[in-house]
Amino acid sequence: MIEMQDVSFGYRPGSELLSGMTMSLQPGMFHFLTGPSGSGKTTLLRLCYADLLPSGGKLSVFGQDVAGLSRDGIAMLRRRVGVVHQDTQFLDHLPVAENVALPLSVSGQPADIEAMRDLLGWVQLSQHARAFPPSLSGGERQRAALARAVILSPDVVLADEPTGNLDWDMSMRLMQLLVELNKTGKAVLVATHDLNLIRAVKAQVSARVLRIAGGGLQLAGAEL
Amino acid sequence: MRQSEFRALKLKALWQGLIGRDGGAANRIVPPTGFTAHLTLFSAGAMAFLAVFALALALATERLADRWASELSQSVTVRVSGQQQEQEALTQSVLDILQTTPGAGQPRLLDQDEVAALLTPWFGPDMPIDALPVPDLIELPIAGDDFDAEGLRLRLEGEVPGAVLDDHTEWRRPLVSAANRLQALGVISLLLITAASAAMITLAAKAALAANGQVIQVLRLIGARDITIAIAFVRRFTHRAAIGAAAGTVLGMAAIALLPDMQAAGGFLTGLGFSGWSWLLPLLVPLVAAVVGFLATRWAALKMLESVR
Repeated sequence: MIEMQDVSFGYRPGSELLSGMTMSLQPGMFHFLTGPSGSGKTTLLRLCYADLLPSGGKLSVFGQDVAGLSRDGIAMLRRRVGVVHQDTQFLDHLPVAENVALPLSVSGQPADIEAMRDLLGWVQLSQHARAFPPSLSGGERQRAALARAVILSPDVVLADEPTGNLDWDMSMRLMQLLVELNKTGKAVLVATHDLNLIRAVKAQVSARVLRIAGGGLQLAGAEL
Repeated sequence: MRQSEFRALKLKALWQGLIGRDGGAANRIVPPTGFTAHLTLFSAGAMAFLAVFALALALATERLADRWASELSQSVTVRVSGQQQEQEALTQSVLDILQTTPGAGQPRLLDQDEVAALLTPWFGPDMPIDALPVPDLIELPIAGDDFDAEGLRLRLEGEVPGAVLDDHTEWRRPLVSAANRLQALGVISLLLITAASAAMITLAAKAALAANGQVIQVLRLIGARDITIAIAFVRRFTHRAAIGAAAGTVLGMAAIALLPDMQAAGGFLTGLGFSGWSWLLPLLVPLVAAVVGFLATRWAALKMLESVR
């Protein structure tokens, strides 16, 4: 699904934030990506959904080299990769249900009311379907973002610090949803610096923990 | 970003998105933008109103040029001057020549009253015309294409000294030239109005697109193609430009229709208007405004999308 081979990236020429990144994310895998703030976790995720292009190495997503993708090709790739950001962004003029269904709208697919109801129920937002995003709490926004990320039934779900603004209970609730997704065969990659959260999730699912350190990617040690 | 990729925003695809029935989704993803909406509607309406007047000016000056050109070219005048005792004989000679001139109609000697009426603007109504050495004036209608004004002029010079042919060229040329320039001004005004409309709609579209940068980013992140985003904006601004221009056109046409009747006053300005089929021409204004809105917003959308991956 996502194959990185010696990938490097820098925001400025001659200054690489990431280098020698080699990683493979296959169906059904659950990966954590950890590392200190500013280490490049978000950057690595952005590379995975072609928001950034590697400056070196080879990155292929669903067998396609992202460097060779057209703009339409990038749009098609993103329909197969669900992304949950820490700063979830919505269209504030649309109610939650329409925001969640937005990927269907922009890809020209009809919304199945029953499926929508199930999805909102799954993220426990049924009662907020008609609410507008600014009225949601942090946890509700994250769950709405997760619902939007999975509505097209993507093969991969990427989550960038999805629990960054949430308390422990809410964080676990969100991670539980990601675990459930993973159990349906979706590949999940979660970037977080919360080691306690990683330990708690690892108790429920077989997850690999990758750490970004010194610009490179390592498999985390036994402490995790 | 490769520039060639934006060719994917093909006019045909945008047009289909524009006229497609399923505008609901495309319309809803763009937040309501009160200020730019009103700005676009108002500017399109105002420009359409002005465009109707510029169009009326261009048509009126065209009619005026045609009228001056045709009225003054349908006849010539022969002026006969001579000593009082030989004036009558000279005039008769000229009339004889004119009656045998190919392409000429029936010559007519203007009587004293007509000559007096022509001179009144210069000498006033009380001037005794009889006491002045006023030349005889002969009006000659042109009846055929074989009429040769230059040949007639030379013949009169040779056979009747003191007879001068005036084919009105001296009067006609500057009048027609002035009318043609007015017509050109009308056309230039139309072009300027179109360009100003395009600039205003582009500015409004750019402002709306800039204000919705986050919306565009979100849409791209969830897999929206450029064409989908562009259609949403192009659709909105094209409709606004067309609706605003339609309102401005209706008001402009109503204002033209309410101008005083040209026959009543007879002046040039009262001739500003449409007649017959030309009343259909202003209906093109909303169409042109929609096309301008369409192209201007497409350009603005392309520029905005360049900055979003």
